[in-house]
Amino acid sequence: MDLLLLQLFNGLSVGSILLLVALGLVLSFGLMGVINMAHGELIMIGAYCAFVTQTTAAKLFGGTAPAISYLIAVVLAFAVAALFGWVLEVVLIQRLYRRPLDTLLATWGVGLMLQQLARSVFGAPNVQVVSPAWLNGGLAVTGSLSLSYKRLFILGLAAFALVAVWAYLQRTGAGRRVRAVMQNREIASSLGVHTRQVDATTFAIGSGLAGVAGCAVALLGPVGPALGTYYIVDAFMVVVLGGAGQIVGATVAAFAVGGLNMAFELGSTASLGKVAVLIVVIAFLQWRPAGLIVRRTR
Amino acid sequence: MATAKPTASSRLLPAPIGAAMVILLIAPLILSDFRLGLLAKYLTYAIVALGLDLLWGYTGMLSLGHGVFFGLGAYCAGMYLKLEATRATGEAMPDFMVWSGLKALPAFWEPFGSPAFAVMMAILVPATLASILGYLACRSRIKDVYFSLITQAVALIIPILLIGQQGYTGGTNGVTNFGTLFGASLKERPTQIVLYLATVLVLALSFVLSRWVVRSRFGRLLVAVRDDEQRVRFLGYNLTAVKVGVYALSAALAGVAGMMFVPQVGIISPAMLGIVPSVEMVVWVAVGGRGTLIGPIIGAIVVSAAKSTLSESFPDTWQYLLGALFVAVVIWFPQGLTGLRISHVIGRFTGRTADRDLADATHGTSTGKERQL
Repeated sequence: MDLLLLQLFNGLSVGSILLLVALGLVLSFGLMGVINMAHGELIMIGAYCAFVTQTTAAKLFGGTAPAISYLIAVVLAFAVAALFGWVLEVVLIQRLYRRPLDTLLATWGVGLMLQQLARSVFGAPNVQVVSPAWLNGGLAVTGSLSLSYKRLFILGLAAFALVAVWAYLQRTGAGRRVRAVMQNREIASSLGVHTRQVDATTFAIGSGLAGVAGCAVALLGPVGPALGTYYIVDAFMVVVLGGAGQIVGATVAAFAVGGLNMAFELGSTASLGKVAVLIVVIAFLQWRPAGLIVRRTR
Repeated sequence: MATAKPTASSRLLPAPIGAAMVILLIAPLILSDFRLGLLAKYLTYAIVALGLDLLWGYTGMLSLGHGVFFGLGAYCAGMYLKLEATRATGEAMPDFMVWSGLKALPAFWEPFGSPAFAVMMAILVPATLASILGYLACRSRIKDVYFSLITQAVALIIPILLIGQQGYTGGTNGVTNFGTLFGASLKERPTQIVLYLATVLVLALSFVLSRWVVRSRFGRLLVAVRDDEQRVRFLGYNLTAVKVGVYALSAALAGVAGMMFVPQVGIISPAMLGIVPSVEMVVWVAVGGRGTLIGPIIGAIVVSAAKSTLSESFPDTWQYLLGALFVAVVIWFPQGLTGLRISHVIGRFTGRTADRDLADATHGTSTGKERQL
């Protein structure tokens, strides 16, 4: 029973990471119809931000980084990844407007270069981010079941990001313009929405979220140049499953993929879990080809 | 679209292709064992590129999982070679099975002792997998980016499966340590030359087949699907049949390539059919020139040769270069090397902006309405 609960919790945790990763993808896919293959490298950048903040703070304060430094790293990771994303959008993706397959290839190339850049700067071996003291240990639920604070924190982070994105889209003028462009780019443009700016901003926000996700996964394991590749294909499946531009769809899909991974892992092995997820996704698309939630267009 | 309409001069085999054939045929007289082996490897890549181009360049379906089909063909051939090597030593089953504690040769390995069966499977297994995937994808109208992402997911999981079933597949190490092919040692020069010439022949046959396909009615239909899928559907064509057909053909070519690859390189492992090699296959086509038949062949050879040369001496630079190549090809040379030769020169003289032509020719699935997923 405890094992089952723990596995359920782990499923939620994986789902929350996937949600952080996929939110940005879903937004830019819904908005521009493009998938950013370098998204995984933005995760990696976020993770290295956590590492750099920690080592710098440790140097400044002699020995150990203060407790607050991890939170600073999260903000920094958002900013740095968003900057990278913004540059990527303005320099590259905007030039490939309406060429989604070419965008896949070009961004893959960017991903390769970013991975190599990380290798040149930080070296090929993995580095370790020491999680702050206040995240060590876990919440004891029953005698043998304890939920790690790190994973609870990541769940909270994902929930916060989700609410923030929702509020941005639904409650701000900028968000309203994003929704307008998503519904009909031409009409929105002719009504005075600066679509290019909307694209770039949204893309930057999505990239920033990937950076935050990177900070989160840095807590759970070693950080290396290829870190993003572990999460990215699952995140793509979340996009396919959830539907383009659908925050609700992405949320459900992220937890579904996370849960499925864990459920099959419990029943068989991790490798079969991945296979099962793909089969479920393909089977699901037979039923709803455009994903869980479909945007109505006129 | 210059590539889809056969001009009068290209009705016979064009002169440059004839010249290239001659060079390929006399290469064994000039090159060392090592160089010849490399060239043979690149030629098998060229066969994959040809098939991938039929799918992507002509039909507009970007597969990011072709390494899987290449690998499946390679595994089929590898299983035969492994069984021959095992027979030669007089053992009951391949070494890795003994290490994994298997008691007897698995039943599905048995028929691979026959070379004819192995060859058949190297074509049929990839084609069947592609047909199933293609049918499921087209039935629910999964296309464009969705199709690419699904194929990439396949490229993620097949290696995981192969690694997981160590006793049956050799796990991470793959299938290796071959000895002979039909009794002839794979290490000896004459065998190497025969295999090389066989590869040239297979490449030539694949080229002729692809040429025949793209010039047939079916080939016209492929281009039509690329340029406006909806219209083809509304004209009453069975879109699923067309797409599944070209996907299976493309996968079969990749399988054949894998089959030629294994005896010459001497190993097939899961790492060779993952996401990264699959995307590299796409870059061969992109660099050479999609939507032409000669382009992917040139692209596969040039990019692979550059990789061998550069990644040995400057591994770091190669990664940057490969990344930059992706970006540059997509932004500045969407028609690749072949496009550089024809369109740029013509564009310069006729005053037509080449870029616009290139953009139109190379990404058909790009009209506004197509983006409504």
